[in-house]
Amino acid sequence: MPDQLAISFPHMGEYSIVFTQLMGHLFPTARVFPAPPMTQKTVELGSRYSPDFVCSPFKYNLGNYIEALEQGANVLFQTGMGCRYGYYGELQEQILRDLGYQFQFLCLSRERAQALALYRSARELGCTLPLTQMLSALLLACESIRAMDRYEYWMREEMGFQSTPGSCEAVRKQLFEEIAQAHSLQDLQRAKNRCRQAAAAIRTDKPPNPLRVGIVGELYTLMEPSSNFFVEQQLAKEGISVSRVMGVWFLLFGKNHRQALKNSGPYLWHTVGANGVDSVSQSLAYAKKGYDGIIHMKSFGCIPELNATPALMNLSRDWNIPILHLSFDSHTSETGVQTRLEAFADMIRMKREEGDVANSQFGRGYRLGIHQGRGGG
Amino acid sequence: MLENGNTIGEPKDGILKKQGEKMTIGIPRALLYYRYQYLWKTFFTRLGCNVVISAPTSQNMLARGIALSVGECCLPVKIFMGHVASLLGRCDYILIPRFETLGKGEEFCVRFWGLPDIVHNTFPDAPILSYNLQDHKRGSEMQGFWQIGLRLGKSPAQTVAAYRRGVQEQLRQDCLVREKQELLLAASGLKVLFAAQSYLIHDGYVGAPLIRMIEEQGGVPVFADRCDPMTCRASAKTLSQDLYWTVNKEIIGAIPLTKKEVDGVLLITAFPCGTDSLVNELVLRRVRDIPIAQIVLDEQQGESGLQTRMECFMDILSERRRSHA
Repeated sequence: MPDQLAISFPHMGEYSIVFTQLMGHLFPTARVFPAPPMTQKTVELGSRYSPDFVCSPFKYNLGNYIEALEQGANVLFQTGMGCRYGYYGELQEQILRDLGYQFQFLCLSRERAQALALYRSARELGCTLPLTQMLSALLLACESIRAMDRYEYWMREEMGFQSTPGSCEAVRKQLFEEIAQAHSLQDLQRAKNRCRQAAAAIRTDKPPNPLRVGIVGELYTLMEPSSNFFVEQQLAKEGISVSRVMGVWFLLFGKNHRQALKNSGPYLWHTVGANGVDSVSQSLAYAKKGYDGIIHMKSFGCIPELNATPALMNLSRDWNIPILHLSFDSHTSETGVQTRLEAFADMIRMKREEGDVANSQFGRGYRLGIHQGRGGG
Repeated sequence: MLENGNTIGEPKDGILKKQGEKMTIGIPRALLYYRYQYLWKTFFTRLGCNVVISAPTSQNMLARGIALSVGECCLPVKIFMGHVASLLGRCDYILIPRFETLGKGEEFCVRFWGLPDIVHNTFPDAPILSYNLQDHKRGSEMQGFWQIGLRLGKSPAQTVAAYRRGVQEQLRQDCLVREKQELLLAASGLKVLFAAQSYLIHDGYVGAPLIRMIEEQGGVPVFADRCDPMTCRASAKTLSQDLYWTVNKEIIGAIPLTKKEVDGVLLITAFPCGTDSLVNELVLRRVRDIPIAQIVLDEQQGESGLQTRMECFMDILSERRRSHA
C-alpha cells in the first residue's frame, strides 16, 4: 500500500462533487480529487487506447483515468451495471496496467455493487469510521444527489427564459459549492434553502405556452454535457424549455422496469436492456403531455437504445411528435450537432405555428391527448 | 402480463381459420439458429407442424436487412432482419425467441433481449411466436416451450414429449460435431481456431468465405463453438474473471482449452458488435503465447483484403511451425 491514498474517479456531469464529498468523509486522511476536467485531450487519450467500436463512455472514462493517474492518483473507482458498462472495469484496468501505471483499481460492478461488498472494500481501503458514520455519509451523498437533480430539473425548464443570462447558472454554481462543503444534513438543508430563495428571485419572461422538448436516451451521454456538446444549453438558447427525468437519482432509485414496461404501451413487450424501456415510456409520457419534440441521445452503437429505436420511430409516427435521434462518438463534430439542433428547433417551431393556425381556423385541437400540464417526473 | 410468452403477438386473421390444417412455422436462419436449430426443428416437427427455414444469406437478403434496420445495428442483426423479411407471408408464425439469461452470471448480449421488440416494431403485422429464456424463477426454456405448445393448441403431454425429443436431438447433434472436431484436432496440418459467434462464422455469406480461404491455404479450420460449452465456460475464467456473456465465455474459453493443439487463433467479429468490442480487446491483451489476429467483418467488405490477411496469417503460422520444428 502507498503511504497516502490518492483517490480519483472519472467524470459524469457535475456529480463528481458528491463523490468527492463522500470519499472525503469516508477517508479523511486521503487526498480525494476528481479526474482533471474533460477536454479534447482527454477524449483523444481515451480513444487512442480504447478498442475501436466500443461505446464512447468507455473512451471518456479511460481518458479521465489516464489524466488522473498522471496527477498522482493511486486508487481508481469504477462501477458497472446494465449492458456493456458492467464489463468496463476489467478491460480498463488491463489497459491501464499495460500502459505501465501502478494503482489500485476498485471495480464495484454488478455483484460487487451490493451493500456488504461495498462495506468490505471501504474497510480494506482503510476506512476506520464506525458504521453509523459511514451510513450517514452515504445518506448525505444521496440527499445531495437529490438536491442537485431537483435544481437541475427546474433549471433546464427555465434556463431558456431567464431575463439576465447566467443567473440560473450562478445559483447552480453556488448550490454545488455548498454541497461540496456540506458536512451534515443540516448544512445541506441550509444550502437547499438558500438555493430555493435565490432561484425564486431569478426573473424570467416565460411565455404561457413555450416550446417544450423532452430528452431521453442513454444515461452517460445525457448526463455528461461535454459528451453531448451541451445540447441542453443550445436548446435553452433557442428559447426551448427542456425536460429530462434521467439523472443519477433516477438511475439509483427511480428505475422501475415493470412500471416502465406498462407505461410503454403497445411499443415494447419486454425490457430491452439498461434504460431502453425508460426511454420509450418517458417518450410516450412526453407525447401524451403534448410536448413539441423529443431528443433521443445515445453513444454510437449503444445496444439497449438501438433496441428501443424502432419503437420510438413508431411512437413518433403514431403520436405525430418529432424525435431527433442523436448518436455521439468521440469523432462526432460539434457543428454537425449544432446544425441538426437548429434545424430541429426551427422545425418544431414551424410545426407549432402551423398547428396554431389550424386550430384557430377549425376551432378544435386535432392532436390527441393535449393537456398542458407541467411536465415530467 | 406481456412478459409471458403466451399473450404476445396474438394470431392474426386467417391463421385461426386453418386450425384443421398443418401449421407452418418459419425459423430465420440467423443468430441463435446456429445454436438451437435441432431443438427448434425437432420440437415443431414433433408437434405436427411444417417447418420453413429461410434460405442461406445472400446479397439480396443482406441488402433487404440493411434497409430495414437502423444504420448503427450490428451486421448479424441486419442479416437477421433480412431473414425475417424473407419469411413474411410464407408461414403462419415466425419463431423469434428472446434470450436473456441462463442463470446467475450468465447473460446474453442485450441485443437478444430486444429481438422480438425490434421485429414487431419493424413489421407490425408479423405473426411472432416467442419464448422468453430467463432464469428458473421467471421462465425457463421448458416453460417457454410449454407456452408455445399451448398457443399452437397442442396438449401439454404432446408438448413436453416434443420438447424432450428436441433437447435430446440437439444434444446428439452437438456431440456429433464435437467428436468430428476432436478428430480434426488430433490430425496434422495447420489448425486455425475460429473464435467467433456461431451465427457469424457459419453464415453462408459472411463467414463461409473465411473458412474457404483458410482451407485453400491448406489450413484446417476448427471452431470455438464446437467445443464443449460447459468446459469452455469454466476455462474462460482463466482469461477473464468478470465476463458474464454466455456466448462470449464459450468462445474465448476455447482458446486456453485448445491452445496446445491449434497453431493460431482468429478472432472474428462483426462491426459494431458490442460484446466482442470489449472481450476481444481483453483477449488480445491477455493471450500472448499463440499467434492471434482479429478480423472485423462488415457489410461493405471486399474479399481481396480478407484474402491478403488470411494469406499473411497462414504464412506466419507455417513459418512458426517450421522454426519450432
